[in-house]
Amino acid sequence: MQVAKYKGIPKGLEGDRAVAEAMRQMNPDVVAAYPITPQTEIVMRFSDFVSNGEVDTEFIAVESEHAAMSSCIGAAAAGGRVQTATSGAGMALMWEVLWIASGSRLPIVMHAVNRSLSAPLNIHCDHSDTMGMRDAGWVHIFDENVQEAYDSAIQVMRIAEHPDVMLPALHALDGFIIGHSVERMETLPDEAVKEFIGTYTPKYSLLDVEHPATFGPMDLQDYFFEHKRQQVEAIQNALDVVVKVGKEFGELSGRPYGLMEEYRMDDADYVLVALGSTAGTSKVAVDMMRDSGVKAGLLKIRCFRPFPHKMVSEVLGNRKVVGVLDRSISFGAQTGPLCMEVITSFFTHGCYPNVVNYVYGMGGRDITPEHICEMYKELVEIDKKGLKGPAQRFFGVRD
Amino acid sequence: MSLKGWKEIEIGGLITDVGNSINYRTGDWRSYRPIWDDKKCNNCKVCWVYCPDGSIIIEDGIMIGMDLDHCKGCGICAQECPQKAIEMMEETKLREAVK
Repeated sequence: MQVAKYKGIPKGLEGDRAVAEAMRQMNPDVVAAYPITPQTEIVMRFSDFVSNGEVDTEFIAVESEHAAMSSCIGAAAAGGRVQTATSGAGMALMWEVLWIASGSRLPIVMHAVNRSLSAPLNIHCDHSDTMGMRDAGWVHIFDENVQEAYDSAIQVMRIAEHPDVMLPALHALDGFIIGHSVERMETLPDEAVKEFIGTYTPKYSLLDVEHPATFGPMDLQDYFFEHKRQQVEAIQNALDVVVKVGKEFGELSGRPYGLMEEYRMDDADYVLVALGSTAGTSKVAVDMMRDSGVKAGLLKIRCFRPFPHKMVSEVLGNRKVVGVLDRSISFGAQTGPLCMEVITSFFTHGCYPNVVNYVYGMGGRDITPEHICEMYKELVEIDKKGLKGPAQRFFGVRD
Repeated sequence: MSLKGWKEIEIGGLITDVGNSINYRTGDWRSYRPIWDDKKCNNCKVCWVYCPDGSIIIEDGIMIGMDLDHCKGCGICAQECPQKAIEMMEETKLREAVK
């Protein structure tokens, strides 16, 4: 375990409250947000901090999520440190403006609490909301538990504001599973967070009247493509920045972070790839499988955008069978979004292990270590008998 | 204007040499051209008030013509002119007439 510069303060917090606590410590200039289940508690708790004078933040109680993101864009262009939080349908209502945030290169921070997209109406966790915005040009991190939700909430601000990146960034915590579950976790002292986030001075801002600039102009056939090319470069730069910021956070807290995490992977033949809280559940399943003599391992993807294609191919390329867990569906595609990225990693780096895709947990359907053990057992079967049937399987759905 | 590469420009479409829209010749978009009759014009400057592109040229308080590099040919000036001193004419016909 890494030696920490600051001693953590142990607490029992729900994911939403842990995020609100991180926001209090970061003390952003502007927060514009609209409450939606299961993110409500973030906004509710943060409003308390504003009302009690515990932060200096200008809190804008907007009339919709479209207005929330639009307000964030204005405030960020004015040079402020800006944050918001949303879930599911609320994120869907932000859609148009998510692209304006990234295209305008504004380092807005979003705390996203994953929720399914209606219809039929469902408030529980799957990744349809943030996966839907995966091409919006935002840095996109998944949290495994309450501790990571708190830690990533703080790190994404540094990632977003890095001069090589200058993009909006979100971290996603599973609705209810992380958002509303109390865990034992540790917060950092206020001064540690203050030291870590430092100060932010944008190169240009609307309020800098000495250096006037036009934000968000019309950009036609002659330059639009060049600006998109810059965004490609910026989000690729985030691969290094996520690692650098994660390392620095480790020095502060004793909890270093990277793009992904390997669990019992050294000699693993049968590997599952997972995002979010399911990665934690899978660790238990890996231990159970190891106890029964199966060389099981887990690769947790923390950073989904930018996706660490090269590292994934290096870590997984020579395994016997790889199973990829998707908690969202790309309708009409052959696999879910995570599996598409994994297969792309293999194909573009010349490795071809057997791959099977498990769609699971839609609309918050429970996923247990026993379920995941069933998947590992299926990976062993595939190794013995070859891959039969479709590569995408719908785990736990009733026929 | 020569076109720059993606490494040479500010990010996010940011414009730091403000007011550079003067270099963007939107007059190219025009399909109808305003023709101003200075004999009918009584210099009321209603056209200057209404022009959305600032393309009515005023010098020493007197209307002296149109900035055709930036006039998009919307025709608002012709519509609003109380003296009917501005007429919109099709660019293609005007160009043919020049030939």
